[in-house]
Amino acid sequence: MSPERRRNLTGWGFLIPAAALIAVMSFWPMIEAFILSLKTGRGLRLNFADPLWYNYARLWQDETFKLTLGNTFIYLIIQVPIMLVLALILANLLNNPTLRFKGFWRTAIFLPCAVSLVSYSLVFRTLFATDGFINDMLQGLHLIDQPVNWLGQTGTARFVIILGLIWRWTGYNMVFYLAALQNIDHSSIEAAKVDGAGAFKTFWYVTVPQLKPMILLTAIMSTNGTLQLFDESWNLTKGGPAYTTMTMSHYLYELSFQKNPNVGYGSAISYVILILVAVLAFVQMKVGDKRD
Amino acid sequence: MTRTKWRKVPGYAFLSVFALFSLFPLYFMIVSSTNTSQDVLGSRLLPGGNLIANFQALIGAADLGSAMWYSAVNAVATTLAALLVCSIAGYGFEIYHSKGKDVLMAVLLLAMMIPFAATMIPLFRLFASAGMVNSTFAVILPAISTPFLILLFRQASRNFPHEILEAARLDGLSELAIFARIYIPTMRSTYAAAAVITFMTAWNNFLWPKVILLDNAYQTMPMLISNLSAGYVTNYGVLMLAVLLASLPTMIIFLVLQRSFAAGMTGAIK
Repeated sequence: MSPERRRNLTGWGFLIPAAALIAVMSFWPMIEAFILSLKTGRGLRLNFADPLWYNYARLWQDETFKLTLGNTFIYLIIQVPIMLVLALILANLLNNPTLRFKGFWRTAIFLPCAVSLVSYSLVFRTLFATDGFINDMLQGLHLIDQPVNWLGQTGTARFVIILGLIWRWTGYNMVFYLAALQNIDHSSIEAAKVDGAGAFKTFWYVTVPQLKPMILLTAIMSTNGTLQLFDESWNLTKGGPAYTTMTMSHYLYELSFQKNPNVGYGSAISYVILILVAVLAFVQMKVGDKRD
Repeated sequence: MTRTKWRKVPGYAFLSVFALFSLFPLYFMIVSSTNTSQDVLGSRLLPGGNLIANFQALIGAADLGSAMWYSAVNAVATTLAALLVCSIAGYGFEIYHSKGKDVLMAVLLLAMMIPFAATMIPLFRLFASAGMVNSTFAVILPAISTPFLILLFRQASRNFPHEILEAARLDGLSELAIFARIYIPTMRSTYAAAAVITFMTAWNNFLWPKVILLDNAYQTMPMLISNLSAGYVTNYGVLMLAVLLASLPTMIIFLVLQRSFAAGMTGAIK
């Protein structure tokens, strides 16, 4: 065997463990989930449904599913844009060479990412308890007369979840933008300033376009994450009041692993999540790829 | 102050407000872990003297030692395995580049789009039929090979000097030895970044351990604090101490490795 060929084979050998694991832990279950989604029955006795799309048809009549789908989209549409814009502004500020205490800002803003989703959910639950700190503070400032039952009402409970998500993930996205900013040519920003463009114009017309691929990546990652939201729904609000903050993943977990599991129906929901992730990623890539 | 100095005020103000927003819940968590439940609800923002009492109450209410141990085993084993498997794959993709490997990489990247929610039920059935419910192995295995880490290492491998590679080959070093003795030490910052990401994800993982670890004797820290808060009476001081203990390892690791983390991320995104 020539050294050339042997090296090529060595290369393939290096890839095999990783590729095999991804095949068995991601691709195979993805196919299996689709087959399961066409089956009905409880526990281990599963048969193909008649008609095959029975589970999918059932989704249309399931008010709880529609509610969880709507909730997930509310989080997605409100939270992701706010978070990405905040992350962009923060990254742009931190990229300024004359900024002082850079290390402190970066650490402070990224530190929430080191905390688990369960942990921060419980901290936020404590802060927003009816007799908790946020109500005490707002009453102390005379902004409210009565304590607000933050987690017991639909609107405010959703607000707390969105606030929590912004708290946890903004720094994470900021790091991606910072890394990308450090790789773009600073002279283009200087040139814009010399030409008399203000801070905002430079940011909008020079920095943002150069960050486009990274914005696309973070948008896709955030969409993917939001569609699978589970820990916050489970630990912060328990999905309540009356399912109005429950996410699709939370409902999927209830159906598949609690009480009387219905894995066929659960798999149909998991496939809806998969299709939504794929479609939204595709749309974002199409929109993001347009050259101006 | 000069005009240019005044111009900087909004930027610093924005950063200050956001830093306060980021740090306050963490400060609240730390301070509350030393206070009684009444003090936490009374919005006391100063350290109190109840840390030891909270600790004793926590040990009485939950098996803290075992949860810490299982979390540590899961996170360390996942990190070591993931770093080895993904770095050698990233190296393989870049250093032994070929058309076929590009196709495979594209296929693997597709896996990044598969939400875990969509594979969770079949994975549970797979491990259950293999008799691996409640096993640490079942917690770790799905987390070892991730397209994101492979991509990180592949991108970073672009900076690995090819001259060194050729020199090592002329010296008669085997391909695996080049990887182990030259590549791993040179790519230290990439490994650090990958380790931070993987350790944090593994330590903080909640849904999959919750699905596969049916027996609470094997619960991890996130499961422990979630169960603790689901009880009838919540002692907020005890709960915040448990949350703090669950968060300390990842926070310390991040603070220690953050320089290499930033360097590794910047090196990979090019």
